[in-house]
Amino acid sequence: AFKAAVLIQQWYRRHVARLEMRRRCTWRIFQSIEYACEQDQIKLHNFFSYLMDQFTPSSSKERDFISRMFISGESYKEAELEKYCDYESIEVPDSYTGPHLSFPLLPDHATALLEAFQQKQQLHARYVLNLLHETRKHLKQLPNISHVSTCYSEEVTVCGDLHGQLDDLFLIFYKNGLPSPSKSYVFNGDFVDRGKQSLEILVILFTFLLIYPKEVHLNRGNHEDHMVNLRYGFYMRLKDLMLYLFFTFAQVHGKKILKMFQNVFCWLPLATLIDQKVLIIHGGISDTTDLDMLEKIQRDKFTSVLRLKKRKESSRKAEIQAINGERESGTDAAANEAAPRLSLQPQSAQAPSTANRLEFSRWLRQTVQEQIDTCRRLVDISESEPEELTYSSMVSLKGVDDEPCWSRQEEWKQVLDILWSDPMPQEGCRENKVRGGGCYFGPDVTEKFLEKYSLQFLIRSHECKQEGYEFCHNRKVLTIFSASNYYEIGSNRGAYVKLGPDLIPHFVQYQANKTAHMLNMTQRQGFPVALFAKISRVEESAFRALREKLFAHTSALISAFKAYDGDNTGKITLSNWATAVESVLRLGLPWRMLRPQLVRSTEDGMLEYKSWLDDLAMEQRSQEHIQSSMLEVIYRNRSNLETIFRIIDRDHSGLISFEEFQQTWKLFSSHMNIELTDDGINDLVRSIDFNKDGNIDFNEFLEAFRLVKQCP
Amino acid sequence: LVAEIEKKITEAFDVFDRESNKTVDVREIGCIIRSLGCFPNEAEVQELLAQIEVEEPGGFVHLEKFLPVMTKVLLDRRFQPIPEDVILHAFEALDENKCGYITKEDLVKHLTEE
Repeated sequence: AFKAAVLIQQWYRRHVARLEMRRRCTWRIFQSIEYACEQDQIKLHNFFSYLMDQFTPSSSKERDFISRMFISGESYKEAELEKYCDYESIEVPDSYTGPHLSFPLLPDHATALLEAFQQKQQLHARYVLNLLHETRKHLKQLPNISHVSTCYSEEVTVCGDLHGQLDDLFLIFYKNGLPSPSKSYVFNGDFVDRGKQSLEILVILFTFLLIYPKEVHLNRGNHEDHMVNLRYGFYMRLKDLMLYLFFTFAQVHGKKILKMFQNVFCWLPLATLIDQKVLIIHGGISDTTDLDMLEKIQRDKFTSVLRLKKRKESSRKAEIQAINGERESGTDAAANEAAPRLSLQPQSAQAPSTANRLEFSRWLRQTVQEQIDTCRRLVDISESEPEELTYSSMVSLKGVDDEPCWSRQEEWKQVLDILWSDPMPQEGCRENKVRGGGCYFGPDVTEKFLEKYSLQFLIRSHECKQEGYEFCHNRKVLTIFSASNYYEIGSNRGAYVKLGPDLIPHFVQYQANKTAHMLNMTQRQGFPVALFAKISRVEESAFRALREKLFAHTSALISAFKAYDGDNTGKITLSNWATAVESVLRLGLPWRMLRPQLVRSTEDGMLEYKSWLDDLAMEQRSQEHIQSSMLEVIYRNRSNLETIFRIIDRDHSGLISFEEFQQTWKLFSSHMNIELTDDGINDLVRSIDFNKDGNIDFNEFLEAFRLVKQCP
Repeated sequence: LVAEIEKKITEAFDVFDRESNKTVDVREIGCIIRSLGCFPNEAEVQELLAQIEVEEPGGFVHLEKFLPVMTKVLLDRRFQPIPEDVILHAFEALDENKCGYITKEDLVKHLTEE
């Protein structure tokens, strides 16, 4: 009987191991696609910037266009065009049904906002700007490290990353109560990017910050950072806002709003200290973290900590050439703008880490210059910036009153470490190559740090944890993550932690989706099936995303496969398949492990790659994904449909012809790396062209988006 | 063939390699071995671990040490899967009441009794 039991145990362990492997692979897929995805988002962002740049006041084409735009009868004052993000000049039309804010803010304003956002309303641009203005004023007077005491407000609730997931914030408020004089909150950074409601989250957090300044504390996260926002989608969420401002008050305002957000972000405090015993920072620490220095530096100098990255001089030159070559079409207007020269002083080469599967630094090497270009074009860089953007040259800061002078580089490292570091199980402290910033710090580093400043433990966020929270370093470091279902429905829970005067942490977990919650319930009752179901749903979604990615690289894959198929048999070995796919997609995924899910049929261990790719294509087409994505993107800017129509309608005929659509589409797809044949475009045009006269008129255009709106 | 096996092992290893530094926690080794298609029992896993030197403190296994040992395991086709009928017999042997299932407690009891 013992033998039997051992056999069963053997088999069971293997089963669990397989599930675990699958779970991790799924996680890994999401992570790598996620990091690769921002590239797409940036491209999209650039595409719209390009569109917007085509219509700068400097080009005569645009004057035409603007006057045509205002033919509909809207009047605008000449003087307003001169104004500069001056929210007072922005009039709120009577037709606006959203919440109205007045300052100083009151609790009623907060409730009005919460209700409005729950009903998917938007806050008018004027109020957003006003709020940013007031928030910045408030943040400027805060110290770098906020101090909280539990004797005033009994309990402090600490929340981690939210990443634009408004539903999670609602859940937290629902379960824990709104901020109030008796309810203190600390939000530990990463409010924006990735999730769809980044702007709403900021509005709510800033509102509560201003209403209850003593009780609400915000820490800066690594995503409250201009360069990161460029990559991870926050600026995409601002599109509506920007376009609104742009088309109503000319481009100048659209650009300025970005600057305002940057400005607010860099004034966010860097850390919070509870009862002088618990330190809350977004990322982590390093072996050089110095709280005294952190308290004294001028934190607003760092609008982004990320761009100061070391790169090889020669490869940088090559990249710049390549990138400039690519972007030739987009720089007409840009060339006209005066912008100070940015110099990235090259440092000694940092060898690209071959272990860097997430390819974060690789992305950086490729596109940092591109981002800076975009950033230059979108944001008027004021006098102070060029100095900041150079990776210095040890500039010492002479403080007043004989304060210690630190080099800019030292200060920068302090901030970088706080925002980007991750804990690791091994002792020591080393560079965090995966993220490309900050360190990995070990339990010994934590121990020394806590001892040095007489602290009890650290609370940080920055990493997604399946249960929403996780202890490490002997319970001296707590990770708290508040964005549930971060990768996919069912992928993880969110959590927040409450601390009373005893500083013993109490956790509350949640998951912002009914179905996922149900799955968890059954799981707790011990039904293994539910666990399996949960894994497979998330897994399904991960593989779907992966197949889309493969499809998007069809032509590159074919070339790669052909390289291994010298005899032109149409087949390659599975081993070569794995190598080829990795060389094209560069996601650093375990392709051999994933193969069974991606490749259905093989003959004698060989794959017929053409038919495999055809299968992928068929799957994509049947989902109508490509078509809807472009329409979706344009739809998101639906408030300016007429403008967009006019942009595509280059010859101003009032009709969009196949050629015009094709041109715009080609531009779009080169930015988005989406494949669509001429047939595909034809189909798209045909489906929009209802009266089948070969052209799309404005009504048909509008109709197409009405339909898109109805798509799930 | 050996190269292909090594690639497979490295991939599986990497999935569990949290800091991308070619080490994994020793407790994950069992999982890795099993996800490569092997069915060792606990004693056999421990045996393998003894062959692979584990770094102290903290108990980490380095890919360099793991790779040759695991490659041999795969080449020798050790720890083959248990055929279905054998597993079925095993279940039946423990299911005294013939109710079609065994409870966790039963299993634990049988494993811990000597």
